Amino acid sequence: MKRVSKFLSASLIFAVMVLNANLAISADYKVGFIYIGPPGDHGWNYQHDVGRKAVDEAFGGKVETVFQENVPESADAERVMTQMALAGADMIFATSFGYMDPVINVAKKFPKVKFEHATGYKTADNVSTYSARFYEGRSVVGHIAGKMTKSNTIGYVASFPIPEVVRGINSAYLAAKKANPNVEFKVIWIFTWYDPAKEADAAKTLISQGADVILQHVDSSAIMTVAEEAGVYAFGQASDMSAFGPNAHLTAIINGWAPYYVEKVKQGMAGTWKGGEQTFDGIGAGMVIIGDLNDKIPASVKKEAMAIRDGIADGTLHSFTGPINKQDGSPWLKAGETADVGTLLGMNFYVEGIEGDIPK
Amino acid sequence: MDLSEINFAVLVASLIVASTPLVLAALGELIVEKAGVLNLGVEGMMIIGAVAGFIVGVETGSAYIGMIAAAVAGALLSLLFAFIILIMQANQVASGLALTIFGLGIAALMGHPYTGIKSPQISTISIPILSEIPILGTMFFQHDLIVYLSLISVLTIWYFLTRMRAGLILRSVGEDHDVAHSLGYRVITIRFLAILFGGAMAGVGGGYLSLFRVPQWTEGMTAGAGWIALALVVFSGWRPFRLLIGAYIFGGITILQLNLQAIGVNINIAVLSMAPYLATILALMVISMSRFRGNRGAPGCLGRSFVKTI
Repeated sequence: MKRVSKFLSASLIFAVMVLNANLAISADYKVGFIYIGPPGDHGWNYQHDVGRKAVDEAFGGKVETVFQENVPESADAERVMTQMALAGADMIFATSFGYMDPVINVAKKFPKVKFEHATGYKTADNVSTYSARFYEGRSVVGHIAGKMTKSNTIGYVASFPIPEVVRGINSAYLAAKKANPNVEFKVIWIFTWYDPAKEADAAKTLISQGADVILQHVDSSAIMTVAEEAGVYAFGQASDMSAFGPNAHLTAIINGWAPYYVEKVKQGMAGTWKGGEQTFDGIGAGMVIIGDLNDKIPASVKKEAMAIRDGIADGTLHSFTGPINKQDGSPWLKAGETADVGTLLGMNFYVEGIEGDIPK
Repeated sequence: MDLSEINFAVLVASLIVASTPLVLAALGELIVEKAGVLNLGVEGMMIIGAVAGFIVGVETGSAYIGMIAAAVAGALLSLLFAFIILIMQANQVASGLALTIFGLGIAALMGHPYTGIKSPQISTISIPILSEIPILGTMFFQHDLIVYLSLISVLTIWYFLTRMRAGLILRSVGEDHDVAHSLGYRVITIRFLAILFGGAMAGVGGGYLSLFRVPQWTEGMTAGAGWIALALVVFSGWRPFRLLIGAYIFGGITILQLNLQAIGVNINIAVLSMAPYLATILALMVISMSRFRGNRGAPGCLGRSFVKTI
């Protein structure tokens, strides 16, 4: 009897292991994608998957794409990418910041495979990075938030204290402050990109402390659901999230990866792809898209928001235009001066007016 | 930093909501352990409850039908465990762990088409008159039905264990199954029922996560809640009211941490996130010290297989 039960428990565990995805690939040009969460998150991963599908469509049967979802930013990522490379992938898109070192490690082992890493800063002969100037979108939503808040308190649910997120907070704050000088930001760091329960708790906390507009730099739509219930405003992150809060959803910062992915795969096939490049595009190039504006926003504010969007797109406006001081009061940008890419990519300080510290 | 910005009434209300899944799952495990069975599969049963509850809730449009489905799903999974350990007499620890791994995998598979889907609408029930009391009303009397049910179950389980004959029989099975057996009680049947109840409660706890607290389905969304529930049972010394207090402390630290951040307190978040777990370890150490052993309340036959001798 005991032996039978041992066998049963063992086969249970085995059954779970067999459920792992199969990654075999078989076409002319093979492209792999790894996602930090599920493509069904209606946020960050969803948009990368939209980009992947665009590649599928653009090249018909000539290109085959595969993806692996829920890949942790750890040794698991190396395993998954190695498996993809061994299965014959010609190009791999690693779509989260934390895949940075795994990408570099795997790229060393497979010099012929081309790697594209999102939002990172390390490159190699066969590794290029790409990132979007999300902060440009945050200038637009920051302006709307500043105009729409009645309590003058804006809540911000942030993920990890990395430059990309800090940049977003600063950009949104500067725009909101310009639109409404009395505005105050409350920031909660939850140290995860995707945990609906934590995101919801953080949003509820901010609302209980008086925030009536919530900005988010985390991936799920849980905050939108909470905002809708509480009768406050929020913005879609990465994708349009209006389905989760038709009244709360003011607009969304949508990530447009499709043109970039199609272009890079085209270069890869033609042999013109280059490693060591760092793409950093924004609204102008269509990598950052402002979604539909909710009719709750007054026409005048809509017009101002669109003017900011268009100004950023054609280069007449910059999210970080001086005079701007750092949080401690020391000058950062002189009047009329705009921030350089290097400072933006390594941004690790708040601008003047934001309270609290960036966690280490 | 301004402490007055924290709304303590809302803080208490949200810590109650955050703790409710723990209370439900831990109460179920309390009954299981009182019957002498250690089921480490709470996490697996919770996540199955979360996914099944969400699927049924979305398909029927009713969160409450979803909760019933969550209970059924949790009980069904625990049936597997009951069969393996009671009939096949397998090791309870290993079988419980397998149940967790199995539950997490199956739930991910089942829930795959349901990620990022909106959950059915739920409403809170404000208790008339009481909910209008300032502060206290917000804290305790403006919740959803499940929160009230969780409090009623604490009371019911306390009454069952300490005041009812059936509860006494259940405890006797957990204390010494050989004696209970020789007195004519059906040890296997009683344990079977206890395990099913534990599974249903864990399922309800999971369903509360996906249908009420978040509300959304995400793979792995229980995020260790099942393990915390297990620790709570030990922390409580197998007593329902202590269990409730323990769960609220857990939930309280989580919510307080967010509130402190929002008012700009410079704290080490890692330390605060660790605090509930550190508290558990400390509690375990304290209650395992010999001086307290007398009133620890651990069932004598906890985790031991029952072999019919006569």
